[in-house]
Amino acid sequence: MSIRLNNISKSYGKVKAVQAISFEVNQGEIFGLIGPDGAGKTTLFRILTTLLLPDIGDAQVDGKDVVKDYKAIRNHVGYMPGRFSLYQDLSVEENLDFFATIFGTSIEANYELIEDIYTQIEPFKKRRAGDLSGGMKQKLALSCALIHKPNVLFLDEPTTGVDPVSRKEFWEMLKRLQAKGITILVSTPYMDEAALCDRIALIQEGKILEIDTPHNIAARFPLHLYNIAAADTYRLIQDLKAYTQAHSVFPFGKWVHYADKRSDFDPVDLRNYLEKKNHKNIVIERTAPSIEDTFMELAQHE
Amino acid sequence: MKRFIGFIKKEFFHIFRDKRSLFILFGMPIAQILLFGFAVTNEINNVKLAIYDQANDVESQKLIQNIASSSYFDVEKMLYNKEEVAATFKQGQVKAILIFEPDFAKKLTKEGVADIQVVTDATEPNTAMTITNYIAAIIKKYNDNFNKITTTPYQIQTNSRMLYNPELKSVFMFVPGVMTIILMLVSAMMTSISITREKEIGTMEILLVSPLKPLQVILGKVFPYIFLSIINAVVILLLGFFVFGMPMQGSLFLLGLESILFIISALALGILISTISETQQTAMMISLMGLLLPVILLSGFIFPIASMPKPLQWLSNIVPATWYIIIIKGIMLKGVGLLTLWKESLILLGMTLFFILLSVKKYKIRLE
Repeated sequence: MSIRLNNISKSYGKVKAVQAISFEVNQGEIFGLIGPDGAGKTTLFRILTTLLLPDIGDAQVDGKDVVKDYKAIRNHVGYMPGRFSLYQDLSVEENLDFFATIFGTSIEANYELIEDIYTQIEPFKKRRAGDLSGGMKQKLALSCALIHKPNVLFLDEPTTGVDPVSRKEFWEMLKRLQAKGITILVSTPYMDEAALCDRIALIQEGKILEIDTPHNIAARFPLHLYNIAAADTYRLIQDLKAYTQAHSVFPFGKWVHYADKRSDFDPVDLRNYLEKKNHKNIVIERTAPSIEDTFMELAQHE
Repeated sequence: MKRFIGFIKKEFFHIFRDKRSLFILFGMPIAQILLFGFAVTNEINNVKLAIYDQANDVESQKLIQNIASSSYFDVEKMLYNKEEVAATFKQGQVKAILIFEPDFAKKLTKEGVADIQVVTDATEPNTAMTITNYIAAIIKKYNDNFNKITTTPYQIQTNSRMLYNPELKSVFMFVPGVMTIILMLVSAMMTSISITREKEIGTMEILLVSPLKPLQVILGKVFPYIFLSIINAVVILLLGFFVFGMPMQGSLFLLGLESILFIISALALGILISTISETQQTAMMISLMGLLLPVILLSGFIFPIASMPKPLQWLSNIVPATWYIIIIKGIMLKGVGLLTLWKESLILLGMTLFFILLSVKKYKIRLE
């Protein structure tokens, strides 16, 4: 077991940041914490990286207690905080060199681990970190977090504010790191990234809603789901919500995701209703539920 | 040790790449010392005078010559009637007017008493006071010479001697003062800002989640500033010595040691400030209000401590700068050593140790 949380709770004054959180992450697994801003993801990261003390509960990282053995943990984990915490006034090379030095190693010694990532930013190694693009900063931050060959990698929203191409590349890198046996705990507000994890925990308002593989979580959606489109999307949502048999209505890309309360739901009924409401170009089709649908479903019932 | 050197290297990169901190570090000491040296001064030079000589005889002319030939005064114009006196002041051409009574020489020789009226522009009270004193001194000297010829019996001569600063030069006061301010500011403000900057940009989180010990982080942050502060102290001393003729009576070595002690106490205060402030702005405000103001107002740099109300005197005792100023003035002006300054030095040492202990204790190994 690489990471283990047991009944962790933490409050800031009256605000309950996380409540009774328990989960386990296996060695070499990519585990995702999925939830909106303010769900408590960063608090969990800080507890696991020994930066915060939990009010209740205990946790182990790499077999070490986060409170008692905090020094040992600090030697063996890589941490990339929410903001890309780099020295903006140091160059790419100087940043990496600094983090290597404080972890008592050198760029050369662990070069093979960061090679994939670092070769992409190496042409800019003389450039100040502050002048890099979001995607480059992210790659540099990851290189810095990896330079000492950590057993466990903590990535707090590593792809926020990064372009889609860089995001995709970033996840490919994580997969390669995983292949090298590194356990990765990653948080993200993006549901499409959740699907790339081995297992995910859906988290909302400091509580875990569900823990499972992305596939099982998506499959957990209780009803049939339909993609609906019409000429006027805004009015479509209003009218769907007003429909008495509607279970849930959410905009989803260019579609509106609709689930009906009835088990014997016939789409023709809905089409008639929408036509009566003067909607044009109506499309109704079955679709497979995604993680986001399950999340919305679970969040709604909380 | 390699980690520590790496950390210090990084700190120097920060300092030398940030124009603002470079300016505070090296521009400000020089600007301050020149400003205090040339602009902020109690000495008077080339003050413009007007003279309304109603007597216009031998003695009044002699006295006027004595005054005009001193470097303190320039006789700007001669006045010929009473109306001109008020008008000249209103125009603001002169700072003072000397009025001789008619028959000045006659009264002086016959009756032994003659009047000169000194009228000053007291919109600047300190200047007016100084001018009056200077003129009175010149008149007294003239008077003494006059008496030597006529020999009046029964006379008490006041022989005053200004020890350690015979010419009452203000440079003797402000070089130690500016040095204290600069060392305090550079050490305390710059360290507190540089530590809070790491909190602000989030790198503190990474430093905490690293094998670096808290003490290593603190020392790494502080070390460059010890070094830079010492350079600053040397620059100020050199400027004071070569540009303003500041004396150096005592041991340079002792001065160096005491300065390093003071720098360390200021650095410890800087660390303390960084533990209670989350942003660079707050750190800067606390440094300015909480450190700079007491140094300027309470340390005895500008206002003498003895003439403060009792509560303020007590307060000034807990300002480390108060003791440092006493120490360096003693060394530079009086040339005294540890034998005389052991008490002040001990107090400064005690304060420094206290601040170090407190700041190390308050330094957080976690985020809260």
